[in-house]
Amino acid sequence: MNREQTARRVLELLTAIAPDVEANSVIPGVAFRDQFDFDSMDTLNFAIALHREFGVDVPETDYAHLASLDQCVAYLAERLA
Amino acid sequence: MQTEFRLPALGADMEAGTLVEWHVAPGDRCKRGDVVAVVETDKGAIDVEVFVDGIVRELLVPPGTRVPVGTVLALLDTEAAAPAPEKVPTPSRTPAEEGAAEAIQPRVKISPAARKRALEMHVDVASLRGTGPEGAITLQDVERVGPSPQPSPAVAAEGAAGMRAAIAAAMSRSKREIPHYYLATTVDVTPAVEWLAAHNAAVPVTERLLLPVLLVKAVALACREQAGFSGFYREAKYERTPVVHVGVAVALRGGGLVAPALADTATRSLPELMDGFRDLVTRARAGRLRASELAAPTIILTSLGEASVETVLPIIQPPQVAIVGAGEAAVRPWIVDGNVVPRHLLTLSLGADHRVTDGRLGAHFLARIAALLADPAAL
Repeated sequence: MNREQTARRVLELLTAIAPDVEANSVIPGVAFRDQFDFDSMDTLNFAIALHREFGVDVPETDYAHLASLDQCVAYLAERLA
Repeated sequence: MQTEFRLPALGADMEAGTLVEWHVAPGDRCKRGDVVAVVETDKGAIDVEVFVDGIVRELLVPPGTRVPVGTVLALLDTEAAAPAPEKVPTPSRTPAEEGAAEAIQPRVKISPAARKRALEMHVDVASLRGTGPEGAITLQDVERVGPSPQPSPAVAAEGAAGMRAAIAAAMSRSKREIPHYYLATTVDVTPAVEWLAAHNAAVPVTERLLLPVLLVKAVALACREQAGFSGFYREAKYERTPVVHVGVAVALRGGGLVAPALADTATRSLPELMDGFRDLVTRARAGRLRASELAAPTIILTSLGEASVETVLPIIQPPQVAIVGAGEAAVRPWIVDGNVVPRHLLTLSLGADHRVTDGRLGAHFLARIAALLADPAAL
């Protein structure tokens, strides 16, 4: 899976856990928290979705790396390498 | 026996709702607790359940109709539910028709923004093909189709403005009728924060817990021990409810909030409460709460920790008699054994009803919640 495919899949996961977020309104470089009040419940659900999709177990101490779409894709690239 | 299925009130100040869709048809059998209709209210789209076992005789209100609370929406035969139902006296459907009926059954996946727009534009969402994730209908899909030729007459002006008006009405009534008193205390929640971090590091990601779940359980246990904080004030009298249902305030991303209940909070384990909490937050934001969840809370917990707020001065939701607020669990200086040390501190607050309790009882109540949080493993 290349970076673009990963980003697309991550976006799908994001809108699946936060159905009130429109996929094409997400700005890749801006923190989810600042764009649509992503909270700790969203972050946890997001971590669960990433685990199911990519098999990556994101410890709580790494949650900061999931803050934005760009950060998340970079983090996954590193963990999956 | 014939039973009337009426539009329930989903809060002190709900006056009307718009029937959006029926999940049943005449002749269908339904069980107590089944969701039979979706109603658009100022709290979002709400799944409305029936409270009897029965067979649907007649649907009285067509989709798209705005009706006041208490309106009879459908008639049910409740006696007929016991024996196996007779074949409905209509020509049996062809397999193709059965297939078509089946196809409507799965819930249409649609974003709340798109659902709202569809209502405004009188677009039948069942006729749309979604282009969003997993075929979900997006705002663009709705707007591409445009309004349907024959708009239904009375479609609601609900949505963000309606919810704001409902919150304003409920809070005005609260401030007008309830003589509030407010208390706040700083709680050292380091034991809870550390216990959570250790628990969450040891379990699979799907079993991690969040701090509000510990708070909600502590509030419920304190309510069970101490009268005066969980229950309803009606007709100049406080009724303590035997079972504690803590409502959790959930902020919606477009603004507004709802506080659905975690049923029988005190007897449920932390993992069960976490699952329930996750489910409520997800459905609150997707506009899929159940009527019973909105009507049930006997006390509310409002946690504004995410917003980096130190203290919440919460306003009671009538007819309840108390509300607990929680600020952020932030690392701040604290004195332990004569030394200044960094600890996770959280300001726990209480808004309570002077017609029922006084500050001294309120102080005991907050102290009890704090004590319960000090031993998280026992929650």
